[in-house]
Amino acid sequence: MNKTLRWVIGLVVVIAFFVINFFVLELAFAARLINILLASALMVIFRVMFGPSAADRIVAVDIFGILIVGLLAILYIHTDASFFLDIAMAWALQSFIVSLGLAKFLEGRRLDD
Amino acid sequence: MIREVIGYILIGFGLAFDFFGALGLVRLPDVYNRLQAATKCVTFGSAGILLGVFVMKGFTAGGFKALVCMIFILLTSPVAAHAISRAAYRSGVKTADSTVIDTYGKHLKGGENIEDAKDS
Repeated sequence: MNKTLRWVIGLVVVIAFFVINFFVLELAFAARLINILLASALMVIFRVMFGPSAADRIVAVDIFGILIVGLLAILYIHTDASFFLDIAMAWALQSFIVSLGLAKFLEGRRLDD
Repeated sequence: MIREVIGYILIGFGLAFDFFGALGLVRLPDVYNRLQAATKCVTFGSAGILLGVFVMKGFTAGGFKALVCMIFILLTSPVAAHAISRAAYRSGVKTADSTVIDTYGKHLKGGENIEDAKDS
């Protein structure tokens, strides 16, 4: 498959997603915003599944945690229940520690080094 | 009213950065390039969303929590990205074919291994 065809297919998929999300479906406004984050999470999960090396998968898991924090912030706006941001803070902290631990594990050092 | 408009503009900005960061994670050829796209997804994406929440809600409990969470993300995420890229280079992940310059590899090869002596 040549390069131009791939670019055109990708552009059509992205534009169709945005048009269907914002103009076709009847949803609440926060649900439209959450759909964008879910599409991003789908692309990240693609990289987790098919990443060629372990470092790709670690990067993707790190970014997945950050996307979850954004999702929780939008849920807080929609429902006006502020415990979602408590979950977001805890998730950010845990994601940071997981990234550092996996980086040390990838480098081949012991965790208490 | 004006607060809600500014907040939704910031949230839309952050969502656009999140989406294109994830797109770069799929499209770019290399671990280091992917990491560079993904870090934009943090510093403008989710931090932009949280800043929008803070602007929208003002100085309430939820607004302060959003501000604290944003500062925490902005402080910790570059550290994690740096650790991941360093570990990826040291565990022998190859750079892409179109890479022009590789200064860290030259530094690691040249002479005595300064970094290993320093941080172990």
